[in-house]
Amino acid sequence: MKISIEKAKQICTKSQYGEATWWELLQLNVYLLFSKECSDFSAKNKKLTSLCERAGLDTLSEDDKDDMKKKLKELS
Amino acid sequence: MAAYKLNPDSWVDLYADYLFNYAIARVSDAEIAKDLVQETFFAGLNSAKNYKGDAAERTWLIAILKRKVIDHYRKINSNKGKAEVRINYNASSESEGDWLEEQVADPFSKDGDNTIENEELGLAIEECISKLPKKQSLVFKMKTIQGMSTEDICNELGINPSNLWVMIHRARTSLMGCMNQTWF
Repeated sequence: MKISIEKAKQICTKSQYGEATWWELLQLNVYLLFSKECSDFSAKNKKLTSLCERAGLDTLSEDDKDDMKKKLKELS
Repeated sequence: MAAYKLNPDSWVDLYADYLFNYAIARVSDAEIAKDLVQETFFAGLNSAKNYKGDAAERTWLIAILKRKVIDHYRKINSNKGKAEVRINYNASSESEGDWLEEQVADPFSKDGDNTIENEELGLAIEECISKLPKKQSLVFKMKTIQGMSTEDICNELGINPSNLWVMIHRARTSLMGCMNQTWF
């Protein structure tokens, strides 16, 4: 049952994407009861998720980027 | 001696997404935004000899992109001719002179402020992402921004799920540190 703080933080990150298993979530929740460092990290992690959602970020696909690189190379 | 130097070979990796988000916030069309970014890189390459090295590479590229956005709107305007605005308005002597503002402004809306703040937020996140190691940045974007499944990312990059979560965890920890002072 006992996990390291680094492992707890990684589960916390995984849970931000809804991909932590129920066992991992149980381990994390137990950890959060006793570790202020981990609960602070968890709060920040949630905040980062909400900031990313709020920002509505877009990204170019890797194909688009490869195409851009190719065209730039042709020009230079 | 110049403080900054141009390195066009790394422009796409370092700045394409940042410029794309900047452009899309202004033209609201992904295809047009993509073209503007490409044109910005071309223009940057063509005028590289004029770069004095006083401004950071990204700042210089953003300045070019701003011109491209303005040119884009000018081009639309010249193609369409003069814009035609149809507004129904019942004039009254008391509100004379305020009609246009009344038609366009919504005093109860905070959308404008939110849009600007969200755009600043988006650029701040992009800036922090650009400081991540390349693979961490790629995995973070695929998972968080493109919303790809863990399996697809692992297949595409040839990594296992444990590696993926370690990279995302490290990326997120770095981003929290990078954005801490302003946004947390």
